[in-house]
Amino acid sequence: MKFNREFFHRFGIIFVLGILITALSVSTESFGTLSNLTNVARQVSINGILAVGVTFVLLTAGVDLSLGSVVALSGVVCATFAHPGQYPVLVPILLGIATGGLCGCFNGLLVTRGGVAPFIVTLGMMTVARGLALIFSDGRPVANMSPGLTNLAGDVAGVPIAVLCFALVALAASVFLKNFRLGRHIYAVGGNENAARVAGISVTRVKLFAYTLCGLLTGLAGVVLAARITTGQPNAGMAYELDAIAAVVIGGTSLAGGVGTILGTILGVLLIGVINNGLDLLMVSSYYQAVIKGLIIVGAVWLDRRQARS
Amino acid sequence: MLVAQGLSKKFGDLTVLKAVSVEFRPGEVHALMGENGAGKSTLMKLLAGLYQPDAGTITWRGHPVHWRSPLEALAQGIAMIHQELMPIPDLTVAENILLGREPTNAWGWLDQKLLQAEAVAWLKVLDCHLDPQTRMRDLTVAQTQVVEIAKALGRRADVILMDEPTAALSDHECTALFKAIRQLCQRGVAVVYTTHKMDEVFQLADRITVLRDGEWVTTQPASNFTPASLISHMVGRDLATVFPALTPASQEVVLEVQALTREPYFRKVSFQLHRGEVLGLAGLMGAGRTELVSALYGLLPATSGTITLKGQPVVLRNPADALAHGVGMVTEDRKGLGIIPALSVQQNLTLTALHRFTQAGVILGTQEKQVSQAEMTRFKIKARGLTQPIRELSGGNQQKVLLARMLLDAPEIVILDEPTRGIDIGAKSEIYALIGQLTAAGKAVLLVSSELPEVLALSHRILVLRQGDLALEIPASDATPEKVLSNAMPL
Repeated sequence: MKFNREFFHRFGIIFVLGILITALSVSTESFGTLSNLTNVARQVSINGILAVGVTFVLLTAGVDLSLGSVVALSGVVCATFAHPGQYPVLVPILLGIATGGLCGCFNGLLVTRGGVAPFIVTLGMMTVARGLALIFSDGRPVANMSPGLTNLAGDVAGVPIAVLCFALVALAASVFLKNFRLGRHIYAVGGNENAARVAGISVTRVKLFAYTLCGLLTGLAGVVLAARITTGQPNAGMAYELDAIAAVVIGGTSLAGGVGTILGTILGVLLIGVINNGLDLLMVSSYYQAVIKGLIIVGAVWLDRRQARS
Repeated sequence: MLVAQGLSKKFGDLTVLKAVSVEFRPGEVHALMGENGAGKSTLMKLLAGLYQPDAGTITWRGHPVHWRSPLEALAQGIAMIHQELMPIPDLTVAENILLGREPTNAWGWLDQKLLQAEAVAWLKVLDCHLDPQTRMRDLTVAQTQVVEIAKALGRRADVILMDEPTAALSDHECTALFKAIRQLCQRGVAVVYTTHKMDEVFQLADRITVLRDGEWVTTQPASNFTPASLISHMVGRDLATVFPALTPASQEVVLEVQALTREPYFRKVSFQLHRGEVLGLAGLMGAGRTELVSALYGLLPATSGTITLKGQPVVLRNPADALAHGVGMVTEDRKGLGIIPALSVQQNLTLTALHRFTQAGVILGTQEKQVSQAEMTRFKIKARGLTQPIRELSGGNQQKVLLARMLLDAPEIVILDEPTRGIDIGAKSEIYALIGQLTAAGKAVLLVSSELPEVLALSHRILVLRQGDLALEIPASDATPEKVLSNAMPL
């Protein structure tokens, strides 16, 4: 086994995660219980879906800051078409996902055809999507959702549906990046965009795909969230992009693009989830929680940069 | 005043400078001459502290010195002006000249008046009357050069090293620069200078040192040379490297280019390329060779003129277009436009031809691996394995991966831009042999190289570009280094 960057990132995190889980199991009575672990899984699933989506964008050396706002917009759109007896349950679900996809597609078009920096484009989308969510809902939570949709917050054979969604999305994404030509092209574009173009790859198409896919998954996360809180909340999803990007970077994906795996992202998501849950169980005040989480994010990115330099 | 003694420098396995000794005197313009890759820039960078020598000493005012950084050299009065200038575009002329040592008053406030006055004073030394308030981005290249020189003067530099300062200048701008350089000499500054323009050397230089393949050839007063004798010193090497025998080319035209133009790089270039032929493209740096072949690969599309492939006129908007039409290319910029550093040897190798091992979007893993393994053996690529990241390979092996990548897509027309730059002799010979195999297999090769012996020995025909114009087209059998070089030199 080589002690290279991948090793450090992937197995370093497993190690840290292992210590955390052991420490929490010993120091608290409730952490190791099945109900708490199920709870952790449920809590991380939305961030997990977002993180998988944004992994694609980060791999192309881009970024998406609009995740949280698009979650809210998709949730509101979904809830608006989900009143009882209105449409079949699939309609609001697909509309919510499509809303996210549309936002992502816009991001991608502006980044590729418009040549605007991803940071700026998605910063703009962050405000626009939040504004649209407020306009669409008149600033109020959209309630009265059909049971067909809110049932999505439930379980199948003891496993929360949200967790199933996350697992399926992560599995598909992992297989895609490893085994599909377009997946390989994503790594190539992120690793050296100009060289990828010279090698005959359409950089525009690859990036457009990454942003659109990220948008679709954000839409899915919005639908899952709306189902859980049984309303379309225009103010939902605040700062969700930060947790998602943090998880991806902790998982070893380089902000410079071209390096990273879905497995790493899953581990990053779990790490953040366990830290959140552990701090709750240890009854750390939420003020301190924010500080600790922030330090972990910065620490992870610092490690990433240090690795990139060496 | 500044003496280099037995300076050597290696990059990896590649020796770029071998025991070179030169002495530089105050008030003298000393020209370093040689072909691309002769070691001129490396020598300058050693003197300026950008590189550290592997062997040999630098003596400055009678004391041996070991500069660890350009800053240390600068503090001692040695400044280098780089080929690519590095001004801060949004600062003014004055702010750039006094960058890092801005005059301040007792409170630490910037003294604008003194700043302007000092800048004006240094510019005046060079007989230049630029407004010090102008932003750097609004200057011409020549003006930028002058500001860089003023900056060096302001730091009290006694030696100024200039790496091809006139490469991007018009004649008029050159005249201004030469005037400035003569001013410098009158003040007792030693100027070390490289250029590819023959007339310039004889106008400007007091003494000339010729380097060839990293080795010192001669140092003599400029008046001892004629342009012809200088060129023969520069190119006169033995052609000991093994070049493959040429197989005769067919008469079938696979590529025809007519009046291809993209200002300011090249204009009205027309030629034909035949099946089984190697067409060599010679010229100096900045003559537009890379830009011309980039246009044929869709990287930098031409603005007018036509490209005809096997009788069909085509428009090549991007490399994907070119590849679809059977045109492949390996660029001169291996790092920037070639390898994907983080990906493995295999992933780099199959990148262009990946569609050949893909079904419904899914990569056929076993097939990809088998093909990569075969290519690795065929090209004698030295790597720990297919999964080793390509960035860990030597330049020659990276180049072989890139050649394999391009050929795997089975192009009929192969463009090679400086395929042997910066790689060792062994890998070079292998690439030469490969070019022979390609033409024997009926492919057409367009070869750009700054190494004259290489172009002369490998090509059937030779085109010489001079400042974007086609200056000469001759069969390689009639071509001599002197003929090619004299046609490549700007008029």
